[in-house]
Amino acid sequence: MSEQKLQSQTVQTTGHAWDGDLQEYNNPLPVWWVYTFYATVVFALVYWTIYPSWPFGKGWIGGVSNITYVNSEGETKTHSWNTRALLMEDMNKATAAQKPYFDKISAMSYEQIAKDPEMSGFILSSGKALFADNCAPCHQAGGQGKIGFFPNLTDDDWLYGGSFNAIHETLMSGRRGYMPAFEEVLDGEQVDQLANYVASLSGMEHDAGKAAAGNVLFRSETAACYYCHTSEATGRKDMGAPNLTDNIWLWADVPAASSGEGKVAAIRGIIAGGLNKGVMPAWSGRLSPEQIKVLTVYVHELGGGQ
Amino acid sequence: MNINFKHEWIETNIGLMAVLTMLAISVGGLVEIAPLFFIDKTIEKVEGVRPYTPLEQRGRDIYIREGCYTCHSQMIRPFRDEKLRYGHYSLAAESQYDHPFQWGSKRTGPDLARVGGKYSNEWHVQHMVAPRSMVPESVMPNYPWLLSTPLDISDLSGRMKALRKVGVPYSLTQAEYEANVTKFGETVAKQLHIPDAQKNLIEQANFGNFDGDRSGISEMDALVAYLQVLGTMVDFSKYTDDAFVDNR
Repeated sequence: MSEQKLQSQTVQTTGHAWDGDLQEYNNPLPVWWVYTFYATVVFALVYWTIYPSWPFGKGWIGGVSNITYVNSEGETKTHSWNTRALLMEDMNKATAAQKPYFDKISAMSYEQIAKDPEMSGFILSSGKALFADNCAPCHQAGGQGKIGFFPNLTDDDWLYGGSFNAIHETLMSGRRGYMPAFEEVLDGEQVDQLANYVASLSGMEHDAGKAAAGNVLFRSETAACYYCHTSEATGRKDMGAPNLTDNIWLWADVPAASSGEGKVAAIRGIIAGGLNKGVMPAWSGRLSPEQIKVLTVYVHELGGGQ
Repeated sequence: MNINFKHEWIETNIGLMAVLTMLAISVGGLVEIAPLFFIDKTIEKVEGVRPYTPLEQRGRDIYIREGCYTCHSQMIRPFRDEKLRYGHYSLAAESQYDHPFQWGSKRTGPDLARVGGKYSNEWHVQHMVAPRSMVPESVMPNYPWLLSTPLDISDLSGRMKALRKVGVPYSLTQAEYEANVTKFGETVAKQLHIPDAQKNLIEQANFGNFDGDRSGISEMDALVAYLQVLGTMVDFSKYTDDAFVDNR
């Protein structure tokens, strides 16, 4: 049937003949296809005129489409269309929309921001996004931290202080924790005595005899624990030396140990090996002053701000 | 149509047809790629971009070996959401010494172009050993062997020589070293000198102690050293926020 149909049409051939009689039909393209093709040619011409397209010498033809933006120096500039100029325009728009809030944040004190219901709403939503992007990988999604690694931000125990200013300083410049390894200056028995003393400070199960000896050692020049942790063992925030009396643990995984002995062993491990971790990066180069202020209030309001 | 040219010449001569087909399909590539080598502004002129130190370069080799690029891009695009999450958009200049570049085209994990300095070394180590201990919702595989495998530095100079062949300015001769001093300053130039590569690698690994274990140099040391330098070479506070608009 199709053969009859083909024969009934007068289709031209390309004029080639192979093997004597093998011919090839020359079927023209459908009209709709041809016109679509012409339309794409016209589209390309229009596109080339509007947007950057052809290389020219050591540069290129910018096109007639322009983008006007204001840069960080406050200069208004007009540039031919490109994605980097488009980003400037986008950022200008976003900054303008947030300006009323950020102006207020810059002008208000931390206490005023925390008390103002409108501003604390803004802090809660923008701070949440900033926290998720930047802080949550270490301090975890809710700020609960990770024992052995990163401090809990939701309790009222602070290594470097929980006031607005202290949190701000921590965010701006970062922190670095350090405790010497005491196995280098003390023997195993002395480390064990200190561990029992530290356990007794939080009312945990301990050996009273060892704890008493540890108490003396704590204040001695041999161990000199009191230099950083103070003679009351309540710690020094200017050094990031933790309070040892509050039964809150970051480095020694005391909560995970099931027996009293295990808890003392966890403390012993830290005294013996020391710490050279607890690094918090500085954020002043990565986040804007306003963003850091938002985060300061957000972290303060997580529950433990002082 | 029917002057002297005959389609039949092409259609009956497979060699000619192959050559002409290749010419036709290379036009698209040529007009898009070739001009970039002649346009002045393709690579931004910024200060601070340098080749990787031997330790960072070995870390990069491990990054490639473990296939990190299949899930992580290193290309922050000039969009507002990317700027807010990852930082300044990536510059061509920042990957000029990358062979091959690690821009990537798929993100299962986040972009890493500016991950340097964002987290502590300790976080990277723990996250590499057990990602879900740090980020519960992560789908990243565990890479515990990086911590226990000593870094192989026996073929270090060979690796650097190979990169030198493709244009990375690692120096072999005194003259090349001095050219690097002029270009990058003495501190960096010393790191790029191939004869001192092993010494430099060991020094950087011991000083940085990236994996938190001083007993030896592990593959983790190299990988963390590499991650911690990503995106940190250019100090963007020296430039206005539209300094690179003119480059595109």
